[in-house]
Amino acid sequence: MRSDRSTSAPLGLKIAAGAGLLFLHLPILLIFLYAFTTEEKSYQFPPPGYTLQWLSVAWNRPDVWQALGLSVRVASIATAIALVLGTLCAAAVSQTRFFGRETISLLVILPIALPGIITGIALRSAFSVAEIPFSFWTIILGHATFCVVVVYNNAVARFRRVSGSLIEASMDLGADGFQTFRHVILPNIGTALLAGGMLAFALSFDEVIVTTFTAGQQQTLPIWMLEELVRPRQRPVTNVVAMFVVLVTLLPILAAYYLTREGDQVAGGGK
Amino acid sequence: MTTAVLFDKVSRHFGAVRAVDGVDLAITEGEFFAMLGPSGSGKTTCLRLMAGFEQPTDGHIEIFGETAEGVPPYRRNVNTVFQDYALFPHLSILENVAYGLMVKGVAREERLKAAEAALAMVKLPGYGTRRPGQLSGGQRQRVALARALVNRPRVLLLDEPLGALDLKLREQMQEELKTLQKSLGITFVFVTHDQGEALSMADRIAVFNDGKIQQLGTPEEVYKRPQTRFVADFVGSSNVLSPIFVKRLGYPARYASLRPEALSLGEGTGGRKNVTGRLVATNFLGASNRLTIEADEGTRIAAMVPASIAVPEQGSGVTLSFAAEDLHLMDDAA
Repeated sequence: MRSDRSTSAPLGLKIAAGAGLLFLHLPILLIFLYAFTTEEKSYQFPPPGYTLQWLSVAWNRPDVWQALGLSVRVASIATAIALVLGTLCAAAVSQTRFFGRETISLLVILPIALPGIITGIALRSAFSVAEIPFSFWTIILGHATFCVVVVYNNAVARFRRVSGSLIEASMDLGADGFQTFRHVILPNIGTALLAGGMLAFALSFDEVIVTTFTAGQQQTLPIWMLEELVRPRQRPVTNVVAMFVVLVTLLPILAAYYLTREGDQVAGGGK
Repeated sequence: MTTAVLFDKVSRHFGAVRAVDGVDLAITEGEFFAMLGPSGSGKTTCLRLMAGFEQPTDGHIEIFGETAEGVPPYRRNVNTVFQDYALFPHLSILENVAYGLMVKGVAREERLKAAEAALAMVKLPGYGTRRPGQLSGGQRQRVALARALVNRPRVLLLDEPLGALDLKLREQMQEELKTLQKSLGITFVFVTHDQGEALSMADRIAVFNDGKIQQLGTPEEVYKRPQTRFVADFVGSSNVLSPIFVKRLGYPARYASLRPEALSLGEGTGGRKNVTGRLVATNFLGASNRLTIEADEGTRIAAMVPASIAVPEQGSGVTLSFAAEDLHLMDDAA
């Protein structure tokens, strides 16, 4: 029940909230702003002039494309691995009871709670001990450790709401395990998987720490940006790329947010 | 007569818990069979053993003469109406009903037609486009019934199907289920903890307690001639008399049950037996009064007498009588 008190907050609180939001988002707007500046060596404010030339410069830089391509490939494969493993793990933990179930649940979530630097060092030493050369695949393995968690968390929450009797009902009506997965389980957890997958993709796409420890000579997009900041050559190109990254990661996260929100209504409808 | 479901010394243990413990039963084709018992008595586990969701720890199960052990639920010609209905929330009502036919590969047009007909049978024609969330509990129950029956199962299993409905709807559904069962001729196996439901609907009742069948018989047998104290107490609310008390009335010293409605107020003549005691409680139940007297050694006996008969004063001495054959000796050891 809502209280009868005025829904309007005091002025001071409004200003404080506004200031907080500005502090969070103004720097991002500055990045957008400097993508169009005419000054390429330093960030002076206000920019001396505005130009669109950096868009075409960025477009024509092969190193941008290389880094972007690597990041997209890494994020896609890491997400794919996470979707399969995360879903299987969520299914096992939520649908059956077995010895050590809670422990496994905790161990799966742990990599995202651990600082990335720990995961990074651990993987790096593990790869050296096993004499696995750093490559495209070591980056993917590193990213998959935290991508699995995101998918698992999304899937496990949804699995809990798909009552066990739905699966039994499907079997009872003549569907074997595969048919039950395809016609009952997948439609009920589909949006959760999509949301988890998108979040995993976004996480992998802007990951720096674990990547630093697990990459060889390859540069993913965030690593490339870090290197660019050191070299003051065509600085606004970095801003153009940053702007692009914001858009690429923001859209899936927004989509994931809306998809899981709708999912609540769908899954809640059966009870 | 063909045996639809046969249990031969079937047990299902979960660790140390004997959910089902050496159950023997034979359900005849076309029968309306009820499994009655309190929660945890093993009746639902028996139903799940028939459906294939559980496998017996011990013993043998046959469904229409075929061994059922190891046969998964989707290869049994048996369908279940679940207690929570378990309708698929992501499918329309029509798709829900057609689900069984869809996974069996029946053509779309044909299966939707069959689903439509099944919905009409449970009196929900035209509800096909809705979602389960948009229906009331009673309607969802009918959909669950249609979804099971559209597959033409040889045995329909119903797990407390009326448990979630209110009283009026429950009575109406009891009648409809009975009519439906008679017209389809399908064997219905029905789990309930409500003795009234079991007595009014079933052809035969198996009363469960502690994983065992206490008594198996027609509703009349179970009601009038309970074999154990548990059955006498659980089915209806019989007076259970101790061996000493029964012996004093001139019977062998065994536990006995005496139905409240078998007792009448006042001294009996010719062959009738009398019990006397002090009236301790009177409950007005509309058509009748329920009188409770306390006889010797604190034995309490309830009697159902028509409301038209004047009730004696509270605390006064009262004599009740019953026909000698109405006292039923039970098998329980003393």
